[in-house]
Amino acid sequence: MSEPFLIGDAMTGGYGKGPDILHECTIAVNPGEIAVIVGPNGAGKSTAMKAVFGLLNVRSGAVRLDGEDITSLSPQDRVVKGMGFVPQTQNIFTSMTVEENLEMGGFIRTDDIRDTMEQVYDLFPILRDKRNQPAGELSGGQRQQVAVGRALMTKPKVLMLDEPTAGVSPIVMDELFDRIIEVSRTGLPILMVEQNAKQALEIADKGYVLVQGRNAYTGTGQELLADPEVRKSFLGG
Amino acid sequence: MDFLNALVAFVNFVGVPAIAYGSQLAIGALGVTLVYSVLRFSNFAHGDTMAFGTMITILVTWWLQSLGVSFGPLPTALLALPAGIAATMALMLFTDRTVYKFYRAQKAKPVVFVMVSLGVMFMMNGLVRFVIGPGDQRFADGERFLISARDFKAMTGLREGLAIKTTQGITVITAVIVVALLFWFLNKTRTGKSMRAYSDNEDLALLSGINPERVVMYTWLIVASLATIAGVLYGLDKSFKPFTYFQLLLPIFAAAIVGGLGSPIGAIAGGFIIAFSEVTITYAWKKVLTYVLPESLKPDGLVQLLSTDYKFAVSFTILVIVLLFKPTGLFKGKAV
Amino acid sequence: MSDTVKTSLLFLFVGVLILLEGSTNALFFSGSWNSALLILNMGLVSAIMALGVNLQWGFAGLFNVGIMGFVALGGLAVVLVSSAPTPGAWSQGGVGIIMALVMGAMTLVAAIAVFRMMEPGKLRSVVMIAVLAVGFVVYRAIFDPSVAGVEAIDPALAGNLGGLGLPVLLAWPAGGLLAAGAAWLIGKTALGLRSDYLAIATLGIAEIIIAVMKNEDWLSRGVKNVIGLPRPMPYEVDLQNDAEFVAKAADYGLDPVLASTLYVKLGYSLMFTVVLLVLLWMAQMALKSPWGRMMRAIRDNEVAAEAMGKNVTRRHLQIFVLGSAICGIAGAMMTTLDSQLTPGTYNPLRFTFLIWVMVIVGGSGNNFGSVLGGLLIWFLWIKVEPMGLLLIETITAGLSDGSAVKAHLLDSAAHMRLLTMGLILLLVLRFSPRGLLPER
Repeated sequence: MSEPFLIGDAMTGGYGKGPDILHECTIAVNPGEIAVIVGPNGAGKSTAMKAVFGLLNVRSGAVRLDGEDITSLSPQDRVVKGMGFVPQTQNIFTSMTVEENLEMGGFIRTDDIRDTMEQVYDLFPILRDKRNQPAGELSGGQRQQVAVGRALMTKPKVLMLDEPTAGVSPIVMDELFDRIIEVSRTGLPILMVEQNAKQALEIADKGYVLVQGRNAYTGTGQELLADPEVRKSFLGG
Repeated sequence: MDFLNALVAFVNFVGVPAIAYGSQLAIGALGVTLVYSVLRFSNFAHGDTMAFGTMITILVTWWLQSLGVSFGPLPTALLALPAGIAATMALMLFTDRTVYKFYRAQKAKPVVFVMVSLGVMFMMNGLVRFVIGPGDQRFADGERFLISARDFKAMTGLREGLAIKTTQGITVITAVIVVALLFWFLNKTRTGKSMRAYSDNEDLALLSGINPERVVMYTWLIVASLATIAGVLYGLDKSFKPFTYFQLLLPIFAAAIVGGLGSPIGAIAGGFIIAFSEVTITYAWKKVLTYVLPESLKPDGLVQLLSTDYKFAVSFTILVIVLLFKPTGLFKGKAV
Repeated sequence: MSDTVKTSLLFLFVGVLILLEGSTNALFFSGSWNSALLILNMGLVSAIMALGVNLQWGFAGLFNVGIMGFVALGGLAVVLVSSAPTPGAWSQGGVGIIMALVMGAMTLVAAIAVFRMMEPGKLRSVVMIAVLAVGFVVYRAIFDPSVAGVEAIDPALAGNLGGLGLPVLLAWPAGGLLAAGAAWLIGKTALGLRSDYLAIATLGIAEIIIAVMKNEDWLSRGVKNVIGLPRPMPYEVDLQNDAEFVAKAADYGLDPVLASTLYVKLGYSLMFTVVLLVLLWMAQMALKSPWGRMMRAIRDNEVAAEAMGKNVTRRHLQIFVLGSAICGIAGAMMTTLDSQLTPGTYNPLRFTFLIWVMVIVGGSGNNFGSVLGGLLIWFLWIKVEPMGLLLIETITAGLSDGSAVKAHLLDSAAHMRLLTMGLILLLVLRFSPRGLLPER
């Protein structure tokens, strides 16, 4: 099997000088795919994603993007390299308008960002209507759209979402998943951490079940949904 | 007629001075609020920054005057202002480099920054006294009045005169220009927006590739300009004395907090609220009331609510009331 | 080097500085024992202030920049307690003033009652404003003539209410009480807000206290100053006329004038040292007590302490009042030392921020550090001027005597103080943020 586009390979590490939270954890995603990290509370889901993004100390293992080793880069440099990251909370500029949020998303770009902005508006039409409204005044689902839109503004080569559906209603969640699928159809690899394991695995091409910082089960979304072990332990039967 | 006289007296003794003073406070408070929103601490050295900028402007004014340069009817200090701003910018960048940067890298608590700004305040205060001395300096020249009381009386035939000092006119015009420029910068330019983004959500700004050191640098440059302009306008309108500038901290902080720390519009509104309250409460209303009230109710005393020495008490009382009832200020500053 | 040795050595160092000040006039020392004792006395007072601030900052993390106000209140207490009552002041308006003040307080209470009891809405605002307006008019109607009455009495010498004529030492605890009362009022309103706001609130209240003392002539004679306050030590002139004292001085080989000035100053030094030691002992006991441990726990993690059921705001109020009271005591001691109250000389740079430099340099959280900082920084505060002069004389030695630059520099040497204090503060914060004697 050829090397995946983005891979966190056998990562071991923790925050600062703290104890290791991840143990030989491997996460990978390819273009056109949605990879989902699920697992019980405290399994290190978000930590694994943060490790890929460079927010914690990876003591052994490596992160490679498009074949290039980026393990030692800072998160900011990874953004430049083409990684888009949407944090779980505080992922928008609340006091700024929707359009300004997108503009700030494209801050590092020196070329014309208007086309990309139009693409984001096409993807999330509601944002076009609310472009001049402060993002802090939007509903939870709309804020998440702004957050994803902001990350898309850099024209990333890979998009990482940390629990995008945390705290939104089931209807909004379905809509957000639809949008994410749409984004993925453009060929952009998406790595996502999800609390709502069942729904997430349904749209996932690849699923990683983490337990205590280790890979417990790995497979396609359908495989994992079908796996009786996984069903029993994490999906409530 | 009496009513008109009363109105003119009111505008002359309350309206005009309060608008000028309010503009000066507003520009000062904008500086405080910018430091607070980007660097996240209350800068106790702001009054002394104003004093430093004004001092340089005064020195350059004196030099220009000695060369025989004048600005016609306008004060020469306006010609010297750019030099004052440039010097203050240099000082701010130097201070940031040598002092604040270290604590930023350490991610020190805000209270440590405040403490450090006390040290900076001491040094700047000492520097200003060292160079220009602790005394009073007047440096306004040019035409003294836009409209003098006598001209106004001759024009209107009223018993009360309305005088507008040139410096008051300049203050208001400059304030309008400065505020317009600042808002244009913050809302329309890329750099301005990146400053707002950084102030709104530091982590996300970093993720978006906004360089914090650049944001901080621009902030200091703007703060230096605002502080110098506020200081020079205040000094032209009244006079320059290092200790007075240090004491301006209180009304300026009051203005920034009343408006909502971190909110530029709030800083402006706060400046005018504080200025109008101070002037209104410490003004002797006898003159105005004499015109308005019937003969039998004529006041005997000055009808001054508080002596002028209590103007700090006024800003402070407003500050406390706002803090108690609306801690984020009138214009929702950064959440506490 | 153990902590105790380090502490002892640093104190020894300050002691040597003061001894040198008295014994040699080399460098910037003056070689005058009077000057040495003056520095020591004010150093002791400063140390007490620093102790009070350390209680608030070092123990509880409260950022009080209104020290000047509490110190001034202590000074006011000396006037109110120990100066002689002005004859006729009470009958000519004193009572009226008190009544007016009570009236004013009642107005505020009534306004607050209206605010608490009535439903929120326009009516409430109108009623509240009406209460305040009527109260204010009545207050002024009683207050103004009474004040005029009091201030008319012998304005060149008195014109104020005067005091109770009690022994001046009583004024020290009274100063503490007065400051504590003010601190309680401030704390009630401003504690619980974020740290910056407490700082600004205290900065403001200090300015207001000074404004009141400068303007309310009936209270403190304002900028006319109250002079000739009673003192706990005999007057130098009396000592010089006392044959026994002169004889004793002669035994030590001192002339009577020098002996009398030193005697008086030494007396103050002793008294101040006693007060300082008592307060230091109390502060140490407090630090080690469960109360002190709880305070520090709150300082280090307010949220956790609150979660454990500690009433943080209440504890903060306690320590804020205590610390301010200590500043008030020190203020009363200072006014006693000067035997005059000069409201015009209270300057926040000197009475608030300098004390902060003392606390930070000494080591916040360490009581001995505050005392050390108080003595050391006060010595520097006095001595930076001659040091600066020396420095500038050296630098400008090459310049001709008539040069304007040289004259200006020499004139400005006096302003080296603030510059140096700022520099010391910044250097300590940067390179030794825990101070000379770090918290244990």
